[in-house]
Amino acid sequence: MPLIDLANPHRFLALARWLVPVFALLAAALLIAGFALGFRAPPDYQQGETVRIMYLHVPAAWLALGIYVMLAIAALGTLVWRHPLADVAAKAAAPIGAVFCLICLVTGALWGRPMWGAYWVWDARLTSMLVLFLLYLGILALWRAIEDPGTAGRAAAVLALVGVVNVPIVRFSVDWWNTLHQPAAVFRLDGPSIHPSILWPLLICALGFLSLFIALHVAAMRNEILRRRVRTLRLLAAAEAR
Amino acid sequence: MNLGPHATFILAAYGAAAMALLVLVLWVWIDYRVQRRALETLEAQGVTRRSARGAEAAR
Repeated sequence: MPLIDLANPHRFLALARWLVPVFALLAAALLIAGFALGFRAPPDYQQGETVRIMYLHVPAAWLALGIYVMLAIAALGTLVWRHPLADVAAKAAAPIGAVFCLICLVTGALWGRPMWGAYWVWDARLTSMLVLFLLYLGILALWRAIEDPGTAGRAAAVLALVGVVNVPIVRFSVDWWNTLHQPAAVFRLDGPSIHPSILWPLLICALGFLSLFIALHVAAMRNEILRRRVRTLRLLAAAEAR
Repeated sequence: MNLGPHATFILAAYGAAAMALLVLVLWVWIDYRVQRRALETLEAQGVTRRSARGAEAAR
């Protein structure tokens, strides 16, 4: 099926009918396998058993950043190409991105307390991640505050594009500044610095969370299409009642 | 399985993540049911889109 066909909400709804259960099952299988392998892996030589928090924290951070990049691309789709599903995709992705960002912050705090002695420090990585969470909340607030979906979509798209400057700041904060947060350990020019016994469960968990995101995102997009259909019908019924 | 002296932090992290994801899944599922019900109610009242009416008239 050509990608442009997905612009048709009817075709998208038909596709969603099988995409949601397939990716939900895939997510469940990958997460069970990832956590099982992760908890069987030996503890880290420095961080001990607390390294198990990484299987939640790191995939949540990757997804929070990736979803925001997706929001920015969808924003271009809304503002430049006026793609009919672009702002539907953005509106559906924003709350999911916010939840993954929150999971990253909370699990990071719970990992930081035993390792650093503090739940929170105003270090560049943590602060830029908090800014990312606030950007998500701002986008959600715009969607809630403006009633007309078209106007809300354009306002949220502008904020998403302005906020995308924070993504490289989050990514490279550990290289640009002297931070308490450890530097990148997986995506490095000289290869991952994590032992394979910990790396593989991490990658499987990341794929599991990615599958969960796809299932939730497609389901939330389907909800948004239905919501707009309901809105149109209500407006039509109100106009005919006059 | 022995999670060592920091077991509370590890279990709290998994509990918080599971809770957040559960709320998200439930929210998406409940929202779907609400929208489906609203659409069915409107369609039962005979409210249809103009494009749908046009397609019916063309048949």
